Parts: sequence; structure tokens; C-alpha cells
Amino acid sequence: MKTVYSRPKSLKMAQFHYCPGCGHSIVHRLICEVIDEMNLQEKVIGIPPAGCSVFAYHYLDIDMAESAHGRGAAVATGIKRAFPEAIVFTYQGDGDMAAIGTAETIHAANRGENITTIFVNNAVYGMTGGQMAPTTLPGQKTTTTPYGRDSILEGHPLKISEMLALVKGTTYIERVAVNSPANIRKTKKAIKKAFQTQIDKLGFSVVEILSPCPVNWKMSPLEAWRWIDKEMSQEFPLGLIKDTTGRKDAD
Amino acid sequence: MTKVLMNGSSAIAEAAIRAGCQCYFGYPITPQNELTEYMATNLSRRKGCSFVQAESEISAINMVYGASLVGVRAMTSSSGPGISLKQEGISFLAACELPAVIVNMSRGGPGMGSIAAAQSDYFQATRGGGHGDYRTIVMAPSSVQELADLTHRAFHLADKYKTPVMILGDGILGQMMEPVKFKHEAPAEPPIRHDALRGAKGRRSKFIKSLTSNDTELEELNWSLFRRYELIKKKETTYETFLADDAELVVVAFGIAARIAKGAIKTVRSEGLKVGLLRPVTLWPFPAEAVQELAKKVKHYLVFEMNMGQMIEDVQLSLEGKGEVSFYGRPGGVIPTPSEVARVISRLYYQKGLSK
Repeated sequence: MKTVYSRPKSLKMAQFHYCPGCGHSIVHRLICEVIDEMNLQEKVIGIPPAGCSVFAYHYLDIDMAESAHGRGAAVATGIKRAFPEAIVFTYQGDGDMAAIGTAETIHAANRGENITTIFVNNAVYGMTGGQMAPTTLPGQKTTTTPYGRDSILEGHPLKISEMLALVKGTTYIERVAVNSPANIRKTKKAIKKAFQTQIDKLGFSVVEILSPCPVNWKMSPLEAWRWIDKEMSQEFPLGLIKDTTGRKDAD
Repeated sequence: MTKVLMNGSSAIAEAAIRAGCQCYFGYPITPQNELTEYMATNLSRRKGCSFVQAESEISAINMVYGASLVGVRAMTSSSGPGISLKQEGISFLAACELPAVIVNMSRGGPGMGSIAAAQSDYFQATRGGGHGDYRTIVMAPSSVQELADLTHRAFHLADKYKTPVMILGDGILGQMMEPVKFKHEAPAEPPIRHDALRGAKGRRSKFIKSLTSNDTELEELNWSLFRRYELIKKKETTYETFLADDAELVVVAFGIAARIAKGAIKTVRSEGLKVGLLRPVTLWPFPAEAVQELAKKVKHYLVFEMNMGQMIEDVQLSLEGKGEVSFYGRPGGVIPTPSEVARVISRLYYQKGLSK
């Protein structure tokens, strides 16, 4: 019998704690597939954030170390500077990346730190129970914007990936989503390219992944997938944001 | 090696390089910029070493955390307001049992305070400073030579006990120049900690973390830290005494204040007053046993600090009521002279009837 799919070697045999329909488990698996295919398991170090994915180390069979909320890019900087042979990635949510960790993210990018950021954007603070995130859409209801996000009082969705594109130290930034088989395939391709950017020592790379959070969005998983297409990707358009690597897509 | 004339901040930096420190991450703040600048000049170009001027003190300490994860010796330095920002990272280092050296060339506070020397960060340094149930070893040098020696020792203790170690200096120690002799040469191959996180090569993958949803696991971590802290108390408490053998009054002071007190004690000794000094070199662990030993003979103590009275609490706790404690302090960056302290000592000496 022909094997068409199997569990990635670097994904542990553990049951995900994530809610039904959550995108984290898909992103975890994609990272593991890329690590396997690029043969990085022995030299990769991952930095999970504070948030739902803090327990990523229970699933990814690679060396990992927790970071304080928002400090992923600084911790990764320390790792990479002290041990340049490592392939270092941070795994960050929207609050981690674009609220409490904005300074760390932008300055690591500006220094052109040769690291990769997997940025999971679900427009909400998941682990703490669905509060407003910097990426919450205008009008979106969360537990701290119970009447919908009012841009006059609560600001606008922060497009950190576009901001990072203005910074000279970044070389590859792409926004993808995990809400359809086709988009999931594109996400994997983007993760691979980001790691390749780091291997080629070309600078800071970011893959922003629009990811469903059905529980906090108060939707069914299917409705959440559709909401990413209909609403979220209107505010956060999918596609390549920056590529100055001069390299062709990794396949 | 012969003696060289150096300011305290540069001496710490040079001693750190000689201790095998490979990574320095800092953010400018007065009065310790000479340390950061020395590292920029002398560490950044060394093979396998890295210097980063971080975007904030928070980033700097988190970079230290990153470097410590992969097993290299790393340090950061700052002063009062910057040390407050670093507390998040120090708590994480303690929780994840990672070594690091943090220098506080303290200045007047609270708030922005002043850039003059003060000792008002004693509570912050010795009580943990950040959140959670942890301790940091705190060393309080009182000369440029001791800054160099204790920096070397700080890296050794950090590795030995897998804990952050703080060097608590002040604006005077950082700025003043004194002859210093470095007793170690920088290692050709700096050490890499054997339990470092450097990729799952030839072993199973592992992770370093502090978060747990298991209360029993966290309780066990706290017990394990506590046992290590008890060991540190037993093995690493250091202090100096000066003319304390026949003393009827003992001055207790640390860091630069102890230096001032020594001058004052020499003056009052020349007038026949039996006064000695106890100088804690480690502020945590505090030399409680040394205080208890003194208390068998000495009933009167003068705690002298450049703050409004912080170490005095440790002196009182150590005495357990077996001595009478007075206090003299100058807060806010005012630096008392030895003659001023000598007057305070003799007034107290006569008030307590010790001249009879």
C-alpha cells in the first residue's frame, strides 16, 4: 500500500489541548513537516510565547524554551547571537507580537536578526478568554469590546507585518491563512521559505498566519473558516508583503 | 599581571571578559555607561562573542536569558530605573534555573531620582525584586579591586547554583578610578554549560519553561529552589570585619558606605573609642551568623547606609533582639564624609555610656 501521509517525525505522539477548530494544531503540524523535510530537527530551537500556544513544547519534538510575554524576538536574539549555528524561530500570537512585544519585534527586525517569526493572528486574546487584541477588527465584539471595537476609542487593527516591511532588516514577509486546504498548502510553503531565508543568512523573516479561534469568536469551526475569508482577510489581505531575498520559492 | 588604573565600571567589564563572558546586552543609563561602552569596544570583536545595545532594559535581560539558554556566560548592567525593568527577566531566569550576572550601579531614587550614588536599591536586590518566590545572590563590593574579584566570582556562582547573581555597586564605585589587578586570563575556549539547549542532536529534545498547570510540579520547583538557597546560605555567605575584636560598638555598613565608615572608625579609634566594622560582602545571603557571633560580646550597633534604613532590617532580624541598634542614613544621593560619620559614632558612643 502506498503511504500518502504520515505523522511528521518531529511531532510528538500527544493529544492537542487546543479547542475544536483552532488553527494552532494545523500550524504546529506544518512547522513539523517543514522541519522534517528540511532536516532541521537537530539544530532548531523554538520559542513559544505566553498564550494558548505556550505548551507548543508538548507537541513539537525539538528543543524549545518559553519566553516571557512579548519577549520572543529578544530571547531569539540572545540565542542566535550566542549560538549562530542554531535555526531559531519564535512562535507568537497577535498580543505577543503586536502589543506587549512590539518594541522587541521591530528592533530585532531592524537589526536584521537572522531569525524567523511564525506569527499566528486570530484577532483576539485566546488564552485569557477572548479580550481585544491589537488585530481585532473594527466592530468586532470581544470581552473587552462588548459593544464592538470602536476605532475612535480603541484604535485600529495594527498591521504589524506591513510595518515590519518598512524596516530594512526584514527580507521575507508573507501573510497566509489556515482556513482551507489550498491556504494550508500555501502556509507550509511560506514557512519553508522563511526557514530557508534564515538558513541563507538573509535576515528577519515573518510568516503571518490568519488562524481561526471559533470558541472566542463564538462561531462554529466552519463559520470561523468563512469569517477569515469574508471579514478578516479584507482587513489583513493574504499574499506576499515583502521579498528581497532574491531567491525563488522553496518547494 | 601588573596593576592598572581603571574606573569601576570598566573593571567589571574587563573582569567579565576574563571570566569567559561571551555575551553582553545593555541599554544606556547613567552612572554605568562606561561598562556598556567598554564591552562595545572590547567584547564585540572577540571571537564567538556578541555585544548588543538593546532597545530597552527589558529586551537586554531577555537577550541574556536567550544566551544563557544556549549555555554561554552572559551579563547585563544598568542602574535603578533600568533594574526595575529587568525584574521580569530576572524572575524568569530564577524560575528556569539559568545563570546570569546582572550589575546594578545604583543611583538615587525613587522614580527617576538622581544620577548620584545611593544605596536605596537594597530591598529590591535582596528581596528578589521581581514576582514569585525566589532569591538572587547579591554581592556588594567596596573597591574597584573587589568589583573585579567579585565579578569573576559572580559568574562562577551563577553557573554553580544555576541562578542569577547581582552585583550591587553604586555611582561612586562605577566612576572612581583605583589601581586594580586582574587575577585571571580570559579562557581561550569559553565554557559551554553541559545542560544547555543547543538542538536535539544525539539526545532527545527538551524544553525549558516555568509555566505549569500542575500545582504539585510548581510546588516541587519552589522546594528545589529553596533547598538550593539554603545551601547558598551555608556555603557562600561572605563578610569582612575591621577592628571588631575588642569593639564595644560595631558599625554595620556595605559597599561604599563601609569604605566611608572605615575612615570614620580610624578617626574615632585614634581618640580611643573601641569601635569596629562589620561589612557584609554578600547582602543575600546576609551574614546573620556573623552578627549573632558578635552579639555574644557586643551590645551596641550602628547601621550606616546611604538610604533611609533598609539593611537595618536584616541586622535586627539577625540580632533577634540581642543588641541595641541605631541608624544613621543619608538618602537621595547625598554622600556623607568620614568626619561626619565619625561625629555620629562618637556621639552615640558617649550617649550609650561606652566611654566609662
